[in-house]
Amino acid sequence: MEWETVIGLEIHAQLSTNSKIFSGAATAYGAAPNTQACAIDLGLPGVLPVLNREAVRMAVMFGLAIEAGVARRSVFARKNYFYPDLPKGYQISQYELPVVQRGQISIDLEDGDSKVIGITRAHLEEDAGKSLHEDFHGLSGIDLNRAGTPLLEIVSEPDLRSSREAVAYMKKLHTLVRYLGICDGNMQEGSFRCDANVSVRPKGQAAFGTRAEIKNLNSFRFVERAIEFEVQRQIELLEDGGTVVQETRLYDPDKGETRAMRSKEEANDYRYFPDPDLLPLVLDEAFIESARTALPELPDARKQRFIDQYGLGAYDAGVLTASRELADYYEALVEALGGEPKLAANWVMGDLAAALNKAGLEIAQSPVGADRLAGLLERIQDRTISGKIAKEVFEALWNGEGEADAIIARRGLRQITDTTAIEQAIDAVLRANPEQLAQYRAGKDKLLGFFVGQVMKLTQGKANPQQLNDLLAKKLKA
Amino acid sequence: MHTQTIAELAAGLRAGDFSSEELTRTLLDRIGRLDPQLNAFITVTAEPALEQARAADRRRAAGESGALTGVPIAHKDIFCTLGVRTSCGSRILDNFIAPYDATVVEKCQAAGLVMLGKTNMDEFAMGSSTETSYYGPTRNPWDLNAVPGGSSGGSAAAVAARLVPGATGTDTGGSIRQPASLCGVTGLKPTYGRVSRWGMIAYASSLDQGGAFGRTAEDVALLLQVMAGFDPRDSTSADQPVPDYSATLNDPLAGLKIGLPREYFGEGLDAQVAEVIEESLAEYRRLGAELVEISLPNAGLAIPSYYVIAPAECSSNLARFDGVRYGYRCENPQDLLDLYTRSRGEGFGAEVKRRIMIGTYALSAGYYDAYYLKAQQIRRLIGQDFRAALAQVDVIMGPTSPTVAFDLGEKVDDPVTMYLSDIYTIAVNLAGLPGMSIPVGFVDGRPVGLQSIGNYFAEAKLLNVAQRYQQVTDWHRRLPPVG
Repeated sequence: MEWETVIGLEIHAQLSTNSKIFSGAATAYGAAPNTQACAIDLGLPGVLPVLNREAVRMAVMFGLAIEAGVARRSVFARKNYFYPDLPKGYQISQYELPVVQRGQISIDLEDGDSKVIGITRAHLEEDAGKSLHEDFHGLSGIDLNRAGTPLLEIVSEPDLRSSREAVAYMKKLHTLVRYLGICDGNMQEGSFRCDANVSVRPKGQAAFGTRAEIKNLNSFRFVERAIEFEVQRQIELLEDGGTVVQETRLYDPDKGETRAMRSKEEANDYRYFPDPDLLPLVLDEAFIESARTALPELPDARKQRFIDQYGLGAYDAGVLTASRELADYYEALVEALGGEPKLAANWVMGDLAAALNKAGLEIAQSPVGADRLAGLLERIQDRTISGKIAKEVFEALWNGEGEADAIIARRGLRQITDTTAIEQAIDAVLRANPEQLAQYRAGKDKLLGFFVGQVMKLTQGKANPQQLNDLLAKKLKA
Repeated sequence: MHTQTIAELAAGLRAGDFSSEELTRTLLDRIGRLDPQLNAFITVTAEPALEQARAADRRRAAGESGALTGVPIAHKDIFCTLGVRTSCGSRILDNFIAPYDATVVEKCQAAGLVMLGKTNMDEFAMGSSTETSYYGPTRNPWDLNAVPGGSSGGSAAAVAARLVPGATGTDTGGSIRQPASLCGVTGLKPTYGRVSRWGMIAYASSLDQGGAFGRTAEDVALLLQVMAGFDPRDSTSADQPVPDYSATLNDPLAGLKIGLPREYFGEGLDAQVAEVIEESLAEYRRLGAELVEISLPNAGLAIPSYYVIAPAECSSNLARFDGVRYGYRCENPQDLLDLYTRSRGEGFGAEVKRRIMIGTYALSAGYYDAYYLKAQQIRRLIGQDFRAALAQVDVIMGPTSPTVAFDLGEKVDDPVTMYLSDIYTIAVNLAGLPGMSIPVGFVDGRPVGLQSIGNYFAEAKLLNVAQRYQQVTDWHRRLPPVG
């Protein structure tokens, strides 16, 4: 039988506010345990939550960016359950009336088409603390630094049909929240993580199959692998005559498999009800408009502009706009260069990307700034150096040896464009290799490369390649 | 000195008749002598009180004193007090030293009021007799065999017995007004949101409201002046200006329209209490007020609605007492579930457990619509009833409680009968309105209280209406037979 996969994702994006969603404690990552937890975060008797305005502004920006309805009135509710890292015994979340209502986002598929994915809702909530089981023998530690950190939970429609689509969707949202500056997107630190609801059904069947929820996936690779494993597991189960049970599953990245955590029967009854400590969140038009004004150019719009303005292909434009920082770098480079958008694109996506990748750096941490790279590309453009020499200069730039011009001068890398000088070098090479010359003239064309190499060697690679080719061809014919 | 009102003590301090330290010592001595039989206090903070008193005397000497500098009061043990045990009447918080002050405590301190201690209360404010306290029941100064009412029974008894001239309390379903009535003192529950809930341990957040006890309306006005006001730390606190409550105290009552809900004078009201109430209403007529009968058609639904909403909120509010971070923890927990179940099972008393279970049930999947949602709908109807009535009259009056103080142990095993002692007070919390109780007479030596209910933020009107009555009567000056 042919099976169709149905996936919906719940993504938790940690909002980049300075303080927590209901208290004034700091949200910075990595502080010593429990040093960033105030009386409110600890759930002491008598404390009360006060909503962080900035978290609301960020949620509204997100809503506007996905063309969603922004609720003029939304409600915070309590989700009740007991766990040691949940200090109050309930999580403040939004349940029936979320701040961001239905919206959508378009993802690019591998065949070049794009697909619109529905976003059911996005709501504000507080994160829980962390239980630390490893560091204590026979005991568990509780770190409440993360308790009360603002999260935006973004719930998709079950519109995704493969693990690839799921990853493309997650990447698209990852790009978007970072463009908006509302989430740092750091997946290792858990700032951007997701739960995947996965089911399969016979192709052509309208009703959904029973789904399993895979919890807490914190890398794109894990999302892809976990879904693939889960889909395979469900298909095998069904084909063997079994049934899928609705349950929560965990992905084990070491074994590459998902396993049952708890079934629906064991699921908590969260006893949601409106939080009486918080009034309904009422947003006025002025607040929403100010969030709209603060929206940056969004990834899709910027990609289209790169295509239109710089004449880039869709793929290149997509890569260069994948992060706001990368796109900013590229635009700064083109501006410094006064044009040459394709040359700039080749270098940013080529040598620069490779070097960053190798060093494990983000574009924002690049040791070669856009101005410096522009200095190098200008010299390629005015033929002071060849593309090949440029790679050497780039390496020197990367190692912090100063401006491109200084490196070229210090290392004597200026390209030889003087016809007489190149001719002299060619003559010297031909004189030194009479045998090869004879063979070439007897028809062994492959030796052309040998002569180019010898001339380059003699000129230390500085001969202008185009001129060298032209002049060499002439001399060889003579 | 102990028989003087707050206003009189403040005048005495101002005139230099006595120092705050002398006054504080006198009252601490009295507490030491009388409280063993009353049990109005859970904690007496003698040393810090004397320090605060001396500080108040220094401020006065330096000319930096305010109207109430150096006047001693007590706080209900539901308000967090920095460095002092805040038990909420529960074993589960018996070892809890609050690391911060409630806004109410902070404001009282800023006004120079001296805290003598923390008063007894029903556990987590759940009860109408102060018998559910982990620290044992408080006794009624008018009759040691009677309950003082609850949940703020310790505060009411302490004021009645002249251990303190004034005290704070909280009122979720009548917890200030009912003990004020049963102990023969003056108590005010302000409009929901008038007094900050920051640092006030939550029972039912949408109903809880802090307020004050005194012997006179004038004293309660002085205390409310200190306690009221917007607090950015409480999202439900009202951002409304606080009027001068003393300024309008003596306004004449001529033309005042008093509404008498027929539902508050029917079946269930003790006949002798009804007579005392009628007599007090006659006094109001003599003061120039016009009495009109009104109706609150949904009054009968207040108790069932309250006993869904309050337990629902309490089941969630009390989830934090889990033995993990502070408070009581059972011995040698075997695992997490054992830690939770035994810490809570041993830490909470029967009434608290009863309400947690009722509330958990009411919020459960499949029951939410039938209970919680329905109760909220009734709550809206009750609010509409009051708004409609208050469009016709200035205040609504009736008995605070259907009976005078009952005997200790009389109702403790019969929760439903106990719940009915709040039948006239609960609806006021559901509507969020201000309500007040003043002493208006006795039945068999036990005090009777008259409740008045005003419009939103009309505390000044209630205080005025009470003050005019107290100017022509002396029920509030009667001394109970203790000490």
